[in-house]
Amino acid sequence: MGKTKDIDALIELMAKLPGLGPRSARRAVLHLIKKRGILFAPLADAMQTVAATARECLNCGNIGTEDICDICSDDKRATGELCVVEDVADLWAMERAGVFKGRYHVLGGTLSALDSIGPDELRIPQLVDRIVAENIREVILALNATIDGQTTAHYIADQLPDVAVTSLAQGVPIGGELDYLDDGTITAALKARKSF
Amino acid sequence: MIEWREDGALMAVRKHGETAAIIEVFTKAHGLTAGVVRGASSRKVAPILQPGAQLDVTWKARLEDHIGSYTVEPIRSRAAQVMGDALALAGLNAVCALICFALPEREPHPPLYQSTENLLDLLGQNDLWPLAYLRWEMALLQELGFGLDLSACAVSGATEGLTYVSPKSGRAVTEKGAGDWADKLLHLPPVMLGHGDAHNDEIAQALQTTGYFIEHALATALGNRPVPPARARFLDILHRQSRA
Repeated sequence: MGKTKDIDALIELMAKLPGLGPRSARRAVLHLIKKRGILFAPLADAMQTVAATARECLNCGNIGTEDICDICSDDKRATGELCVVEDVADLWAMERAGVFKGRYHVLGGTLSALDSIGPDELRIPQLVDRIVAENIREVILALNATIDGQTTAHYIADQLPDVAVTSLAQGVPIGGELDYLDDGTITAALKARKSF
Repeated sequence: MIEWREDGALMAVRKHGETAAIIEVFTKAHGLTAGVVRGASSRKVAPILQPGAQLDVTWKARLEDHIGSYTVEPIRSRAAQVMGDALALAGLNAVCALICFALPEREPHPPLYQSTENLLDLLGQNDLWPLAYLRWEMALLQELGFGLDLSACAVSGATEGLTYVSPKSGRAVTEKGAGDWADKLLHLPPVMLGHGDAHNDEIAQALQTTGYFIEHALATALGNRPVPPARARFLDILHRQSRA
């Protein structure tokens, strides 16, 4: 095994990635080695570059390769709307949908009764500062429809200065069939019904 | 293989690995019991596993001291009822956090379980449940051996005019019995004796008194663990709403 020590180390590291275990990591590494020129080398270069440059945006908390991310530095996105999300993954999900043209603010978590995560652990003071500094007219609370997510949403709404605060709707997902929905979702959907 | 099946209220959910979760369920016969739920992050199971939900759970373990695993079926979700209501949401968080904070694992507390289930069913009915929450906190203290004795004055034995609670004994004291010690005693609002209109400001004042015993008696007995901040957040919202 001594001759494959480096490969074993790579497999071990890959196996720590989300969605991968030792078996799938071995398959991935084997695939990379077979595609050395067209995949492995460019991937290694890209990883090295990102490892050296990736950082949190000082303004919104998004991940980018500059101190200020592309969204925050784009003047066209200064629409006066600010979308508050829990995590960078949520920001990226919103961007994938491509419907929101304003800017974001990443909290970095939610208030949690169980884990004793309080307001001081989240980026709420920075959010309040941004509302004034960037002349924000509407804050959209795009937090998860969970107990922790909505507890955080209510807390933030209490902390904000005089600004319109909205939140994402909760209810039947696109393609969802009522028969398969949990009663909580049906209750939320019924409460948020609209004229047709 | 050890196995039991019971209805219970979900008190806590923690992610465990990529797809599983460790949940804590409060049941009548088995108390607060933790267990692993596999596939907890799936679209089907995740909405069920919201704190406060009433579940039909089956707990299995090979040995008694194993953490065990749960299979869960929803009975009723309470999350959707409270998500739009800051006070109810804060109350739900406070109940779940206090149960996890105060109760030892796998120790049945049937009266407290019944009181908890009744309280959770009232969440969202804002004219009823703050008072039910106060009664629940008093029941929690009682169940864990720190119950307040509000039947008669600790000094004179009088049963009328009770206005204070002794922070040392947890017993009621009258204005006359308090004498010069009044400023060292805790308030005993009429709502704690089952009198009056039970306005939220009075309930908030009563919760300051129960909070003293949670912090100074219960938490001390639990090794000076800090009281979950969810309770303070709930009290803050209750104060603000009662002033508005």
